Amino acid sequence: MSGGAAGYAPAAISIEHVDKSFGANQVLSGISLEVAPHEVICLIGASGSGKSTLLRCINLLEPIDAGRISLLGHPVTGGNIDQNLVRRQVGIVFQSFNLFPHMTVLRNVTLAPTKALRMPRADAEQQARELLTRFGLQDKQHEYPDRLSGGQQQRVAIVRALAMQPQIMLLDEVTSALDPELVAEVLDLIRELASGGMTMLIATHEMSFARDIANRVCFLEEGRIIEDAPPARLFSSPQDDRTKRFLRRIVEAGRL
Amino acid sequence: MTDDQGGVGAGAQLAGGFGSSGRGPRLLSGGGRRATVISTASTLVVLAALAAIFWFAPGSAAVRHTFFNPQDMWQSFVGNPRKGYYSVGEALWLNIRMFLVAEVLILALALVIALARQSTSPVMFPFRVLAMIYVDFFRGVPLLLVVFVIGLGVPALRLPFVSSQSAAIYGVCALVLSYSAYVSEVYRAGLNSVHQSQVAGARSLGLSHATALRYVILPQAVRNIIPPLLNDFISLQKDTALVGVLGAIEANEAAQIYSSTVFNFSSFTVAAILFLILTIPLARFTDRLVARDRARRLAGGLR
Repeated sequence: MSGGAAGYAPAAISIEHVDKSFGANQVLSGISLEVAPHEVICLIGASGSGKSTLLRCINLLEPIDAGRISLLGHPVTGGNIDQNLVRRQVGIVFQSFNLFPHMTVLRNVTLAPTKALRMPRADAEQQARELLTRFGLQDKQHEYPDRLSGGQQQRVAIVRALAMQPQIMLLDEVTSALDPELVAEVLDLIRELASGGMTMLIATHEMSFARDIANRVCFLEEGRIIEDAPPARLFSSPQDDRTKRFLRRIVEAGRL
Repeated sequence: MTDDQGGVGAGAQLAGGFGSSGRGPRLLSGGGRRATVISTASTLVVLAALAAIFWFAPGSAAVRHTFFNPQDMWQSFVGNPRKGYYSVGEALWLNIRMFLVAEVLILALALVIALARQSTSPVMFPFRVLAMIYVDFFRGVPLLLVVFVIGLGVPALRLPFVSSQSAAIYGVCALVLSYSAYVSEVYRAGLNSVHQSQVAGARSLGLSHATALRYVILPQAVRNIIPPLLNDFISLQKDTALVGVLGAIEANEAAQIYSSTVFNFSSFTVAAILFLILTIPLARFTDRLVARDRARRLAGGLR
């Protein structure tokens, strides 16, 4: 794994006082967050609290208005940044999969390695098959995405991001668009990634999953991190009134 | 098996054959033998009425002689250079060649224009404006005028090489200039039809803008616009006839020469039939693609 002695390794993700607005709507206000290598952090909060925007800003899909973001010790905001180089280190998976519908599963997974990393096609396909096999998708490699279930599509989307051998994975509500019975297979995959030491920042509505997998859980509201604590503490004895209110609503909805 | 049962069986078969083969709306809809009988009868009545009007009109004999004289039709189709007219059939080959060359050039130029118009970077600003002016201009100016300006104006400049090409080449240039404006708008609609999340998906993997466009966006865009593209090409096929005004011997011009030599318009009928033979297969092919696309969308397939 990357990095030297744990104490000296730079933060995998370092976010300092980041602001982001869409027009008059301020989505992130002064967010700061550090993610250590191999750490798994879950972002929880209501829809519109800024979780997705934060992930998209880290992947440079959205420009930030103020503040700094560094990845693996290198600043990625400000001028003179090769966005494509940054994105190759940071995989992101979306709620809506965004698989390429006109390509087979295998081609979906090999496109970026062959075109962006100039990996020879045979090597890329070899790697893709290994990843697909590891996550139980080997018999789907020649299918088109519309022939797969939602859960299978999302697992392919995660494999597609992993094929770039990223240092960091950002998961944006990856189970929110799935039928309830398909959620487990995707969560199992993420658990396996976590146990393999992948650094992950996960926006999720699955509270029990967050409690189970995260090293830390951050509760966001109105573009601010209200509370940042290990899951045991955040879920059983939240400090802030807003966190308590949010968790109470979740419990009432039967989701915790 | 009694007669009655046999009848029902045949009716059901017909209904299956015409009505539910799953290619979208059909000329003949289902409904069994009764419907087939009715549609056949109604077709015969309409055709007979039209034929009667044509046949018993006061000037029918004159019209038949001027437009449908079998001998003139055959003469103009094969041509006779010694008598001063060309073969309409042979001239059609020029239409086909102009169409094929123009089609390829239009597809390429229109794509460049569409990409320039769709660009967002500040560096591309002048190209964005140029592309917009280009499209506005060539969509607004009648094609015939463009043919005249290119075909008569460029030779008059007396430039080396550029001014000494054949009428067909100038004609193709005019067709390309004009049609590229239309087709670039078709491309643009196609590019816009690909959901923004596909761009995000591609860019998030570290693919450059150009690579994302080439492998992710364009293939999906082109798939969405094949029917409207083919539609434009059907009209391009017959607009090659406009190049005749420059003196290129294409089918319509050959027909014109025949009619002014022999004073009979049957040659135009021949040209019309030949153009129909070219365009109808493309039209039916387009229909099939549209129906297939519809079926695929209904089945919840490709976005």
